[in-house]
Amino acid sequence: MTDSEPTPLPPTEADETGGDASGNKIRFGKAAVLFTVFLGILAGVGTFTFGYGKGASYLSNNPETCVNCHVMQEHMDSWQHSSHHHVAVCNDCHLPHHFLGKWVTKADNGFFHSLAFTLQNYRDPIQIKPRNQRVTQAACVDCHQDVVHAMLPVNAGEDMQSCVHCHSDVGHAFR
Amino acid sequence: MASSNNRSFGWLAILTGLVALATFGVVALLINIFERKQEARAPFVRLVDVNEVSTDPKPWGVNFPLQYESYLRTADTSRTEYGGSHALPPSKLEKDPWLKRLFAGYAFSIDYREARGHAYMLSDQEVTKRVTEVQQAGACLHCHASIVPTYRRIGLQEMGVEPTEEKLAEGFHQEAVMAGFKALSRKPYEEVYAELEKTPDGVVEPSGDGDPHLGDAHPVSCLDCHDPDTMRIRVTRPGFIEGIAKLANSDDPVPHLPSIQRWRDSGSTEPYDPNQDSTRQEMRSFVCGQCHVEYYCANKMTLTFPWSNGLKVEDLEQEWDETEFPDDGGAFYDYVHKETGTKVYKAQHPEFELWSQGIHARAGVSCADCHMPYEKQGATKVSSHWVRSPMLNVHRACQTCHNVPEAELKARVDTIQGRTRALMDRAATAMTDMLDAILAAQEAGASEEQLKPIRDLQRKAMWRLDYISSENSKGFHADQEAARILGESIDYSRQAQAAAYKLGK
Repeated sequence: MTDSEPTPLPPTEADETGGDASGNKIRFGKAAVLFTVFLGILAGVGTFTFGYGKGASYLSNNPETCVNCHVMQEHMDSWQHSSHHHVAVCNDCHLPHHFLGKWVTKADNGFFHSLAFTLQNYRDPIQIKPRNQRVTQAACVDCHQDVVHAMLPVNAGEDMQSCVHCHSDVGHAFR
Repeated sequence: MASSNNRSFGWLAILTGLVALATFGVVALLINIFERKQEARAPFVRLVDVNEVSTDPKPWGVNFPLQYESYLRTADTSRTEYGGSHALPPSKLEKDPWLKRLFAGYAFSIDYREARGHAYMLSDQEVTKRVTEVQQAGACLHCHASIVPTYRRIGLQEMGVEPTEEKLAEGFHQEAVMAGFKALSRKPYEEVYAELEKTPDGVVEPSGDGDPHLGDAHPVSCLDCHDPDTMRIRVTRPGFIEGIAKLANSDDPVPHLPSIQRWRDSGSTEPYDPNQDSTRQEMRSFVCGQCHVEYYCANKMTLTFPWSNGLKVEDLEQEWDETEFPDDGGAFYDYVHKETGTKVYKAQHPEFELWSQGIHARAGVSCADCHMPYEKQGATKVSSHWVRSPMLNVHRACQTCHNVPEAELKARVDTIQGRTRALMDRAATAMTDMLDAILAAQEAGASEEQLKPIRDLQRKAMWRLDYISSENSKGFHADQEAARILGESIDYSRQAQAAAYKLGK
């Protein structure tokens, strides 16, 4: 907010720029009108894009959301053949089971998935990243802890074999 | 007053710019989403009508641009430690001088180079000294050219039918293809090549300026593995069709080819027909097995795949041992080894046979799964037609099934190939020692009767070494089997060497 030029005169009431409270009618300058029009276009196009890209579905728990992008079709298909398809949807294994972690992970993956799919620079076959691997592992343990608690490391965070190392087909059979 | 106007106007201008930028971004995203949605629709339009004589791949490429684009890349060259393809293939004879002694008396001792991509299969064959300096049989073109329409044309002539372009294009006509194959198999190379250029193409017309060509000769093309009407993969090569039928009639257990067992169990009286009886997954290996096999392809008898007894190295050997040439009735051999005078067998790239002994085949993995892995083009899964070493494409070729780091997979392959290479070098040393011992025995005046059992051992030893050294995976296709075969080769070489020394005593 630095002035690039000296201001010899204070602004007067006669200025034609907006926000004139002297009359009942608010008057806008042409530039302000133009700006408002642009802002409107952005809002309109933005809303349309959000709708067209099924933006709202990403806030849901519906597995169909994940096949909005065709790259995930095989993962969807293999999940439907898996032993967990009637007890867990994508989010149950791929998001943490508490509020904050869930939405942070959703945002993180939402952003990076969109980026990868838009730029088409992802690896094929897709590989899970370490952070998301920890999320799925925690999800296994969270549901099955009364069975597996004896196998867990003594101190939290200590190394253990990932469940899907052996049970590789529980989430995505035949992959 | 003016300045304040200016100032607020300036701010507005900057804000407008930012809003414009944001709008730009949102519209770009919108269009991108639109494009991705379009991709997912994967339309297919048949623009060109290809038929049973269309050997030129270009028109097919109009209908299938993604496949065609990757097919063209077989002209690219990239090498792996033990394979891949190369700009000017380096000579294998320079790298491994023992090959010259192995192939002494055979054209491979003149010129033998590393392989390169499918795109070069025909042009490289035209220029190799093996063809330019030695009279070769036209049987070679069974695999090096898109020859099936030419077989059909000659076959129809043999059957007394006028081979018009319409007649040639209307269907596969297996009977005529087989007849043409038998008629051309023993003709000289140049004669068969000339026949190739007389066959019409069906889509690409001859140019009007008196050009005698009705269609150029092409290397392996779409037509060789695909049905032009349905694009279903199929086998077209007479040698394979006969060979696989022989295999089905044998009692060799082929757990990796379940349809053959089903055919055996069905008690069918018709011969096993891969185009009718096989599964699509088997077909993804059969199309490669049309050529990447051991065969006899010189001019003393029709091109033969030796699969009557099974697919193992000794099954093939047994068939050659029991084969007699049709005309002069002599025992089968590929060439007379120049140094020792022994009649020996030449192994030609038995990839299909070695793969059949390996763990991947047993697990139902086809050739195409690794050499032509699926890749995503938009929303479409396309089998890459850039046929090449999986080592140049590890993530798609291996990691679809093997969920371990790329470096680990590569290291595993290196280990297998390194071990095979080391054993091969030992087998080569054993072979050259054997040759020296036999030569010494001959100089010492050993009789033919004394030499006969030694010659048999020599043939067995050389056949096994050649089997693995000419196979294009350095043992990877079936690592333990490759080691077993090389172990036997070393043993036979040393047995022959010892026997030759005893004669000298």
